[in-house]
Amino acid sequence: MKKLSARRRHPLAAVVVLLLALAATGGLYAAFAPAGKAQADETAQSLAIDEGKKLYSVGCASCHGSGGQGTTDGPSLVGVGSAAVDFQVGTGRMPAQQPGAQVPKKKVIYNQAEIDQLAAYVASLGAGPITPTESQVDPAGADVAKGGDLFRNNCAQCHNFTGKGGALTNGKYAPDLEGVSPKHIYEAMQTGPQSMPSFPDSTMPEQEKKDIIAYIETVNGDESESPGGLALGGLGPVSEGLFGWIFGLGGLIAIAVWVAAHTAKAKKS
Amino acid sequence: MSSQQIPEENLPVVQDTAHGAVEGAGDPFADPGLPAHRPRIQDIDERAARRSERAVAFMFTLSMLATIGFIASYVIFPVDKIVYIWPLGHVSALNFSLGMTLGLALFLIGTGAVHWARTLMSDVEVADDRHAIEAEPEVKAKVMADFAAGAKESAIGRRKLIRNTMFGALALVPLSGVVLLRDLGPLPEKKLRSTLWAKGKLLVNMNTMEPLRPEDVVVGSLTFAMPEGLEEDAHDFQTQIAKAALMIIRIEPENIKDKREREWAHEGIVAFSKICTHVGCPISLYEQQTHHVLCPCHQSTFDLSDGARVIFGPAGHALPQLRIGVNSEGNLEALGDFEEPVGPAFWERG
Repeated sequence: MKKLSARRRHPLAAVVVLLLALAATGGLYAAFAPAGKAQADETAQSLAIDEGKKLYSVGCASCHGSGGQGTTDGPSLVGVGSAAVDFQVGTGRMPAQQPGAQVPKKKVIYNQAEIDQLAAYVASLGAGPITPTESQVDPAGADVAKGGDLFRNNCAQCHNFTGKGGALTNGKYAPDLEGVSPKHIYEAMQTGPQSMPSFPDSTMPEQEKKDIIAYIETVNGDESESPGGLALGGLGPVSEGLFGWIFGLGGLIAIAVWVAAHTAKAKKS
Repeated sequence: MSSQQIPEENLPVVQDTAHGAVEGAGDPFADPGLPAHRPRIQDIDERAARRSERAVAFMFTLSMLATIGFIASYVIFPVDKIVYIWPLGHVSALNFSLGMTLGLALFLIGTGAVHWARTLMSDVEVADDRHAIEAEPEVKAKVMADFAAGAKESAIGRRKLIRNTMFGALALVPLSGVVLLRDLGPLPEKKLRSTLWAKGKLLVNMNTMEPLRPEDVVVGSLTFAMPEGLEEDAHDFQTQIAKAALMIIRIEPENIKDKREREWAHEGIVAFSKICTHVGCPISLYEQQTHHVLCPCHQSTFDLSDGARVIFGPAGHALPQLRIGVNSEGNLEALGDFEEPVGPAFWERG
């Protein structure tokens, strides 16, 4: 110690102390910093769950139970996953206005941050499908033709050939898919909301879901091509027949009546 | 209502006389005859007639131009050219122009003909009395006499051999037509009674074309499967898939009400024919909350948690269930063919 103390005035002593100090700081940082960051993440996550729980108690607990266990008015939310919450709340279906055959799409009440907090809380109740990321649902570069094939095989029986929707039993219906965001279409396939069965990744891989989304985006919307002319709602022969009978035949009858009502005689009687 | 309340103009002109005030005013139901013929402006004014003639010719000429336009658009527009036309949207230029020109060509022929008939063709009223349906007695007598003379001259009553063989020949000729009906066949024989499913055939997911595994199929999901070895480009693919198509769903075993359904399932995974038993529509409008499946054609509804029993609609019997299990590699496999014919009933189904 004496030896060390004797050299404390050495010209290189300051450099040695500085190096030691830097090494100690760096070492300490390396030892604590990652742990600290993880802790911060954990805190953010549990904060979201806490916030979500508060929102849940106000908006959802009356039907789904105070712990998401479900009541006679609403199903259990254990294991439905964050994707189900993001879909149901993000499309305005939840919170439901009233019980009935089917809960319709309506104005979205929560903002995306609140929806994420609710989703975090419900996801904490039990593992389930996770909200997809932007790149998971992006239909860019997907195979539209394959998507059409898959859509006709899996979806068209209820949602019609171009996703215009259709009737089910006892007042239930498959909704129109036009204008539904890719994320919500993906989540619906993933979670199977209400009457709809789910199409999980195990039987319909992520890429096939993207193909289906690309197909829906291609056949719907303002830019989609309809080589046959007026699509008439895309409902097929029913609306086409109705149009033909009412406007086609009706127009011809109107012309016939007009012709007969106007006399060709010189002196009108 | 007394006659005082009826406005003057609504009363018949002969009202006063019809009440017997003037005897011999005539029969109130007398045929008034045809109203006097009134000419048209074209009948009186030759310039108007010529105007009409020009109008008709103009419509026929426009029709000709429309037909030429039809041929021209057929030549000009490529099949895949898309144009925006309000309010139709983005439509095929070829379809739109063909439809418009052909429609105009036909419509203008019609309007030209109607205008011609109304303004230029003779419009003099012509009355033609009906004649009696029964023929005059002389005509009747002549026909009967002619018939009797013909029968006598041909000696059909005397030469019975000719008469009988002629009847025989005439009676047999239609038989050739009846025999040809056989060509509506061949009969399906046993084809309606069996499908491609057999013991050990794997259930292939129609999305991925990979064998299905029990852990892939979650409760509430819907998957369509076909038998392994069936290729989508095989010449008989449509024939085979029309009988073999399967709906795979999973129900918690305690929620399956039908005992046989639970036994034929694998841990709650059940496989039902996708072909409706009414008229054979592909049926897969599956509501996962109620386990009901609805046929889009005639609304037959089946309860997949109760042996696919018919709960609504015209279908005659439950959807056939395929007995499934798991092979040594952990893939779902059929344990045989369907026990009954799939799809609609047929005469010999039993």
